[in-house]
Amino acid sequence: MQPVLEAHNIIKDFANHRALDEVSLSVPGQKIFGLLGPNGAGKTTLIRIINQITAPDSGTIHFNGKPLNSSHIARIGYLPEERGLYKKMKVGEQAMYLAQLKGLTAKDAKQRLTGWFEKFDIMAWWNRKVEELSKGMQQKVQFVVTVVHEPELLIFDEPFSGFDPINVNLLKDHILELKRKGATIIFSTHNMSSVEELCDNIALIHRSRTILEGSVENLKQQFKPDNIEIIYTNGRLKLQEILGTQFSVLEEKDQGEFKMARIHLEKGTDSNQLIGKLLPDINIKSFREILPTMNDIFINQVNQNENK
Amino acid sequence: MEKVKLIILREYLTRVRKKSFIIMTILGPLLMAALFVVPVFLAQLEGDTKTIAIVDETGLFAPSFKNSENLNFISLDENVDSLKLQLDERNLYALLHIPLTELTVPNTAKLYSNGQPNIIVTGYVRETMRKEIEALKLSASGIDPEVLRSIKSSVNLLTIRVNEGGKEENSSTELAMAVGYIGGILIYIFIFMYGAQVMRGVIEEKTSRIIEVIVSSVKPFQLMMGKIIGVALVGLTQFVLWVILTLVIVTSVLSIFSGDIQSYQSSQLQVNKDPIMLYEPDGSSVDQPDANQNQGEINEAVIAIFDRINSIPFQVIIPLFLFYFIGGYLLYGALFAAIGSAVDNETDTQQFMLPVTVPLILSIIVAQFIMFNPDGPLAFWLSIFPFTSPVIMMVRLPFEVPYWDVVLSMALLVIGFLFTTWLAAKIYRTGILMYGKKINYKELWKWIRYKN
Repeated sequence: MQPVLEAHNIIKDFANHRALDEVSLSVPGQKIFGLLGPNGAGKTTLIRIINQITAPDSGTIHFNGKPLNSSHIARIGYLPEERGLYKKMKVGEQAMYLAQLKGLTAKDAKQRLTGWFEKFDIMAWWNRKVEELSKGMQQKVQFVVTVVHEPELLIFDEPFSGFDPINVNLLKDHILELKRKGATIIFSTHNMSSVEELCDNIALIHRSRTILEGSVENLKQQFKPDNIEIIYTNGRLKLQEILGTQFSVLEEKDQGEFKMARIHLEKGTDSNQLIGKLLPDINIKSFREILPTMNDIFINQVNQNENK
Repeated sequence: MEKVKLIILREYLTRVRKKSFIIMTILGPLLMAALFVVPVFLAQLEGDTKTIAIVDETGLFAPSFKNSENLNFISLDENVDSLKLQLDERNLYALLHIPLTELTVPNTAKLYSNGQPNIIVTGYVRETMRKEIEALKLSASGIDPEVLRSIKSSVNLLTIRVNEGGKEENSSTELAMAVGYIGGILIYIFIFMYGAQVMRGVIEEKTSRIIEVIVSSVKPFQLMMGKIIGVALVGLTQFVLWVILTLVIVTSVLSIFSGDIQSYQSSQLQVNKDPIMLYEPDGSSVDQPDANQNQGEINEAVIAIFDRINSIPFQVIIPLFLFYFIGGYLLYGALFAAIGSAVDNETDTQQFMLPVTVPLILSIIVAQFIMFNPDGPLAFWLSIFPFTSPVIMMVRLPFEVPYWDVVLSMALLVIGFLFTTWLAAKIYRTGILMYGKKINYKELWKWIRYKN
């Protein structure tokens, strides 16, 4: 399937530094794409380029196979990290204004907004001024305004900041719902557990370059440390004595009834061989390969690049 | 285009619906109308008739004091010392005592009253006595007062401008100065008021962080122009409402009071037997001949005034006023928008405001001198230069500026605001997304040079 968004060799220079250096990425359709990176890596600049707020110095961006142009604005929804509303304006009026700026007719905007406001249970706020709303309420309004024109591509920059855990869940559900209905989502955050929960693919940008790109599953396989965690009974500690040099025991723990061990597979071995070695001596209750968390991968990769 | 319309509409409606706009729109004309109406109204309140007793030991003056609507004189022949203690009991406002002196023409009098006597009363007494004394002195010198009156003359100087075709036109320098200066001040005030509104609007969008949401839907330039045009329409609305409301209030109030005014004016005329000085709106004084003597001369004077008003080329000035009003506002409005985009809050605007407002402030100061020399080289150059032309050209216009000066000035103003808009757009699109950075001129220069 053709990627919804494809960036190729994007370069953007500012007065004294290069914000993006030959960044390429491809966002597959109907997936959630995590755009990760430390502060100041260039994520916001890239997002602004995708939203045509700024233009790249060189490089190309294709939207559904066509060079990005202003007619695509109505098909993209963007919830920026730095977001706000006109404080003195009424909620409904403001939502109508922003929806119409995205190209909806007044009639459509009214109808869809009513639907969304009811879904979020904020219809009662329609005629209140924004400044009377709590921060969480305002965030809900902002979310609604971002998605109301039913864009094909949604860009959420730190969407959960300012929400309480209940509303975070509500929002996650809505994001997954949007994906199910066919939207493609670019999701930029520092919150790695939500990346793990939501994202299908990620790109990691560090110091203006893409240092990692791929599906979450593949990356986890690619960066797995080849460690196995076993929980067993009946046996003894000091497994290293049984295993010999092909496997190295990293950690052993006696937890009373159960014992736990972490074992690293050296090159050229696999888990079946490990099981073969262990079976005669111990009674295995659980056998599990340890996969890295996105947090581990993020920190590892950034640090590695830092040391280069 | 559709989006710019939406932006203009929002900018316009949110401002026009504000309480402060509504209050200003109503209060402005009320204040203006008050300037015309209050003096008249106050005169109505002058109150009941005051009775003043006169003890005239000379017997020369008492007959000259004529009763009027507000003043009532009674001549008494009583002891002054006891009478002055009974003012309240006998319901007298004041007691005028003119003692007998050894001079052939007495010139001293005492006015006793319980409170501070009203200035109208003292003025009237003094004036009446002065005239009587003059008359006495004249007759003592053997001159008939009627002869003197016929000698007294007034001069109506009509300034007449002869234009190229040899056609003669009545003109009034003072009126032209006033019209020009008021036009200049109006433009100055409006540029400042509404330029500042544009700037505050931009800062509001920045500080409330809505800006990034909006620029993902529209181009920064569209947003900036939408705001500038929307605020301009607010300004025009306010201006038009002010003019209409002021006219409505003044005419309606004056028509309600008009009956009373005439009687007020006639009582004034009674007090002043001498020709009265009428101050005309152009600041010049017209010596009006004795009111009850010759109505025809008044009409002539009034016609002369209308002639002068007509000599101001309003059919040229009003469209040009609107042109310079809008042109000047666009020129400065763009710069104000750029300033707003470059700062994080209003207190940081000072350093950028100064250089932008200097030409504007300079032009309003210089305007006072231009009025007296509207054809000089300074007037010419400043009315051509787009940053000063909106104010200075307004001051020059009533004096019939050469056709080519106006065309050149207008063309340069259009070029001027295209230039400032272009410049402002470059600063604006970078500035609105820049937070927490102290901006200096070097930084602005960098922004202007950014390619995109």
